Formats: sequence, structure tokens, C-alpha cells
Amino acid sequence: MSTSPPRPNDGREVHPFPHRHLTGIFGLQPHEIAFLLDEAEQWVALNRGTAKHDDRLAGLTLINAFFENSTRTLLSFEIAGKRLGADVVNMAVAQSSVKKGETLIDTAITLNAMRADMIVIRHDASGAVQLIADKVDCPVLNAGDGRHEHPTQALLDALTIRRRKGRIDGLIVAICGDVLHSRVARSNILALTALGAEVRVVGPPTLLPGAIERMGVTRFTDFDAGLDGADVVMMLRLQRERMTGGFVPSPREYHALYGLTYDRLAKAAPDALVMHPGPMNRGVEIASNVADDLDRSAITEQVEMGVAVRMACLDILTRSRRGIAGW
Amino acid sequence: MVNAIAIMGGRVVTTDGVAEGSVLVRDGRIAAIGDFHPPADILRIEAHGALIAPGLVDVGVFAIDPPAFAAGGITRAMLMPDRAQPIDTVALVQHAAAAGKPKIWVHPLAAATRGLAGTELAEIGLMREGGACGVATGRQWIADSGVMHRLLSYAGALGLRTVVHAEDSGLAADAVMTDGETATRLGLAAAPAETEALAVARDLLLVEATGAPLHFRQVTTARALDLIRDAKKKRLPVSCGITPAHLFLADSAVTGFRTFARLSPPLRDENDHQACLVAIADGTIDVICSGHDPQGPEAKRLPFADAEPGMAGAETLLTLGMTLVRDGLISFERLFDLLATAPARLFGLPGGALVVGAEADLIVVDPNSPWRIESDKMIAAAGNTPFDGLPVQGRVMRTIKGGVSIL
Repeated sequence: MSTSPPRPNDGREVHPFPHRHLTGIFGLQPHEIAFLLDEAEQWVALNRGTAKHDDRLAGLTLINAFFENSTRTLLSFEIAGKRLGADVVNMAVAQSSVKKGETLIDTAITLNAMRADMIVIRHDASGAVQLIADKVDCPVLNAGDGRHEHPTQALLDALTIRRRKGRIDGLIVAICGDVLHSRVARSNILALTALGAEVRVVGPPTLLPGAIERMGVTRFTDFDAGLDGADVVMMLRLQRERMTGGFVPSPREYHALYGLTYDRLAKAAPDALVMHPGPMNRGVEIASNVADDLDRSAITEQVEMGVAVRMACLDILTRSRRGIAGW
Repeated sequence: MVNAIAIMGGRVVTTDGVAEGSVLVRDGRIAAIGDFHPPADILRIEAHGALIAPGLVDVGVFAIDPPAFAAGGITRAMLMPDRAQPIDTVALVQHAAAAGKPKIWVHPLAAATRGLAGTELAEIGLMREGGACGVATGRQWIADSGVMHRLLSYAGALGLRTVVHAEDSGLAADAVMTDGETATRLGLAAAPAETEALAVARDLLLVEATGAPLHFRQVTTARALDLIRDAKKKRLPVSCGITPAHLFLADSAVTGFRTFARLSPPLRDENDHQACLVAIADGTIDVICSGHDPQGPEAKRLPFADAEPGMAGAETLLTLGMTLVRDGLISFERLFDLLATAPARLFGLPGGALVVGAEADLIVVDPNSPWRIESDKMIAAAGNTPFDGLPVQGRVMRTIKGGVSIL
């Protein structure tokens, strides 16, 4: 594993982590991202042991407020909170009538009044998490807001890459598929470019945002050209409801042009790592045999890193609340 | 005391320019302009060198908000037909026209189509008889070119100017921003700026075909302004407006999901923003309007895409417009042409200029008075302004409507 950039508290001075919330990768400095990854490493080790428990968040209440359906992210945050000893409450808001409108702020005020110590939010509208973060006293973690950001996903992806490749700086990472609708892509672009990777976005022109190059990436509409020499191939989930008559003509055509198969993967670097944030549309954006190839695919490892990264984030963002100075 | 007011010692803004002088108002009309001895025993107001200018005529407001209009120097407001019940009958026109009196004259724009649905023509002729000063497509673009063609022919024959919202609805779809770096970073649905030029191009072709007068309520992009510039060279009867928000802000103002900067059409990129300033200076843009559309917190304190577009613009229309004069882009005379004279002329309304014998709609403005725009101190029905916190200069000291002081 590479060493991280120097942090402000590497000397004798002790600084608090300078962010109250984690609403996005935007605004994080490279050394702060690296610090989060370093901290996650200890939780990877703990999670691989038999006694997966640490009581540092004992007595604190974590509320997972998910305004949009999710299984794996909710489960990941729930496990992370429980392993750190917090009292975890899941609010499946997507199933209730409280979905949007002024009720979103009402919900924030309610959660605040219940004295939550940290709140994890997923919402289908870009900016919704920021709206709530502005209204509550405790740290808010963004578990995905609309097409905007999904910071813990980017951190877990970066951690996975760093562990597999030993570094991030200088790698060529191709983010492929439905970039337009992807919060995962936006957070990953910010994190990976900050850490020194060369990032490409690859997909049909209808699924690439108009000004994506302004985020410091190179744009490819030819899949083979975009994969050429890539060290990491990060596939994105295509939302099936957007396929027919919408952004791409059909699943069949999409797979033919932008589906990751072994033949396609041969264009990338010989040891290229395959990633996917899940859930996968097998046979659409990725062929099953590629997804399941443990030598090439890091997909299950991404899930594992997710718990560790979320444990690190929960720990760090509650430190000042627990009276712990410094990072 | 006779029913008269003398505003003494100001700088009077007329279509001929700005000159030191005074204005005498008698029986609700302008009785004299220039250098005169005011009769004894009348209300005398000392202007102390402030501007004495025509009351503003605001094209296309979405709310009847008399206190905000008076504070902003607006004496006549053309009301858009987009109400809970769209203004598509003569009774609704008359009801809306009466809503602001006697303080503010509201001039309704009739819905061009029934229910603003964009499919069947509304009773435009009857609504004209009822006092509508023009027809409008509302917040929407009429996608059906056949309907638009018939609308222009029909309204044009009745002598009514059609006011349109220029955004191709197919391309704009569910977009809440202009495609660009900010929309990409924030992950907001965006449409290319060409949505506007596409709509403008089609409507200009239909103006050419029908000869009917058309007003683009807000034009905000370089491409669309170029099309209008060319159309004007061909002497087509087209005019266009813009709001101060589109003149002074670019899409980066949305950063941080600021819903106060959620407008329709959306804020454009820096190049288009600069092109708008050029179009003001070269005369392509005819009108500056407030787009007054106050939205309460329940409509704005939402995730960006769920928030209603619109801003409270009435109180800040003039002061922001004066920035153009201070920046040397235009003269005071041209500014008041954009804010009062041209709107009145285009829609056949009284007022809009200081002329002896005309109805006394006028304002006294201290062009140097500094203040700060603050959302929570606005007089409007709601304080949603993207200019919150901006220090500005120039304030309306007095608004007189029909010879009566309303501020």
C-alpha cells in the first residue's frame, strides 16, 4: 500500500477533522480522502477477524433514513454502525407517504429532535441530503442523492483499487456506461482525479453529461478506445427503465456496443481490474463470466470494503461529539 | 389645497434625455415639465437632484403584489395568465384587471389557449374587449406548430401582440438547468441552451408567415439573440425581454443547490450571460422585466428539482437595471425606455413616459442611495431572490400613480 499524502496533524498539533458532514467528495482535500482510506484499513482487519466488534460508538444513535429503496447500502451502513456499538435505527421512508416536499425538512427536524447522533440519508433528488444537513445538529452522511454524489461508494472503490493495485496515482480508470444518471460516477471522478488517477468516462453519447470533460476526465463514446490500456474498468449499472425508446435503443444493442465481455476486456491492460457498484444487470452492462471471475473482478471485495469505509466515516465524523480531538 | 403636486429640483428623465427640472402634477395628469413656478398652496416635494422618471411598466408578472410593485417603482404590471384558474375568459380578465386598483394598474395578458393547454384557441377577441392587452402562452411553449400558426394569425388580426415562453419543450423535457459544468457536477437534469434558439427560430418563421407581432418574454442565449437581431434587420414585428437575473447571473449561481436561482428559463453559462449584456447595449433587447414570481418557502425549501422556478423581482428591478448605467453600458434615458416606454408602446398602454397631458405615473429615484438586497426584508409576498446579500445602489423614494403617492 502506498503512503498517504502528509496530513496537517502529522506534527504535534491536533486538528479536528474539518468537515461536519460527508455530503460528497466535493470539498474534500486529497489528504483527507487518503486519511479516510487509511482509517478504513483497520476496520478491514477487524472485519476479517472473528470478534467483529468495537464499542466506540456505544450509546450513540445512528439513524439510516432511506427515502429511496436500497438493500446493500442500507445493510452496509447498518452493519457498520452495529459493529461500532451504535444503536442503529432504519427508517424505510420510501415505503411511507413521507417522500418529498416540506416533509423532508420536517423529517430532518424530527430526527434532530430525537437527538440522533448521526444520520445516513439516501434520497432520489440531487441536493436533498444537503438540505437536511443544513437543518440538523449531528453529522449527516450521504448514502446517495439523486444523480449528485455517493461519497462512501467512491471511497470504497478507491480503497479497493488501492489494495489491489498498491496505488491510485497514475492509474488509468475507465468509468463505463450510464454516467449521466450515476452519482457513483460523479463521486468517483472527484475522488480518483484528486488522488492522481487518469479518469476516462466511456458510454453512449446519450448517457454522458454534456460538460463532463470539465470535471477533468476524457470522454469516449467508443468502448474499445476507452478501454485501451485501462488499469481499472469500472462498470455502471444501466437503469433498465431508461433503455427502450429512451437513451439507448435496446438492451441487446447496449450489450453489443457497451457490454463488458472477455473480448472487450482484452483491450484493457492485461491485469486490469473489473469493478461494479452493483446491483448488476448481468448480460447487459457486464457478462456474468467476467463479473464472477475472482482474478479479474473486485466486485465482492467492493462490498467488503464498503463496511470498512462506512465504519471509518462513522468513527471520524463522531469524534468531536465523543470528545476526541484530532483526526 | 388643490389636487396637485410639484416635484421640484430633480433631474427629469424623458424620451429626449435627462435634464434638470421639475414636474407639476394636477388632477392626476402631468401638467408641466421643466422650469416653472409652482402654484402656492400645493403639495411640494423637493427632489434634491434625484431622478424624476416614468413609473415602470413590467411585462409578464406572475403575481399581483402591490406593495412590492410600489416599492420597486412599478405602476403598471402586465399579468401572466398562469393563475390557479388560467385567465382564459373575459370574466377572469376583468377580475384580474381590477385586482390592483387604485394603487397599481394590472393589465392582464389573456391565455392564448384554453386552460393554457396549447391545443385550442381561447376567446381572445372577447378577452380583448374585456381589457386584455395581449395574449400569452404562459409558462409553456406551444409545441404544436399548427396551433401556434393559427394563434399568431388570429391574435395579430385583432391587433394583439403574442407573448411567448421560448423553450422547445421536447428538448427541455424535465430539465431544471442549462447543460454545463454546474449541472454536470450537481447531477441535475439539464438541457442544452439551444432549446431556446430552436423555439425562437420556429416562432420567427411563423411571424414571417403571418406578419403578426410577437414578444419573447425572456431571451437569454447568444444564439436566440442572434436570430432576433437578424429578424429585426428584416423588420419583422418582434420584440424581446429579459430579467436582471439573466443579465447579471450565470448558471454557476446554482452551486450549492440554491433554489432561489432556480428560474425558468434556467440561468445560462457565462458566454450567454455576456451576450445578453451586448444585446442590451446594441438594442436587440427591447424590455427589461422583473419576471416577478414570489415563491414561498414551501415551494423553495425543497430539493432543487422539486422546487418551483421563479424569483421575487419587482423591488430589485430598477436598482439592478441602474447597474447597467453605472457600468457605462446604457444611458438613463435608454434604461427607462427598457423599463417603461418600450413596454407601454409595444402593448399599447398609457404611461411609460413623462409627457405633458399624460396620466401622472412617475417615480422619484435617488440613483446614489446604497442598500443591500436582503431576502428576509423584502416587501414582496415572498423573498426568494438570487441576489440575496448583494450591495446595490439606487432606490425608489416615491412612487406616484395617477397623481396619487403610493410610496
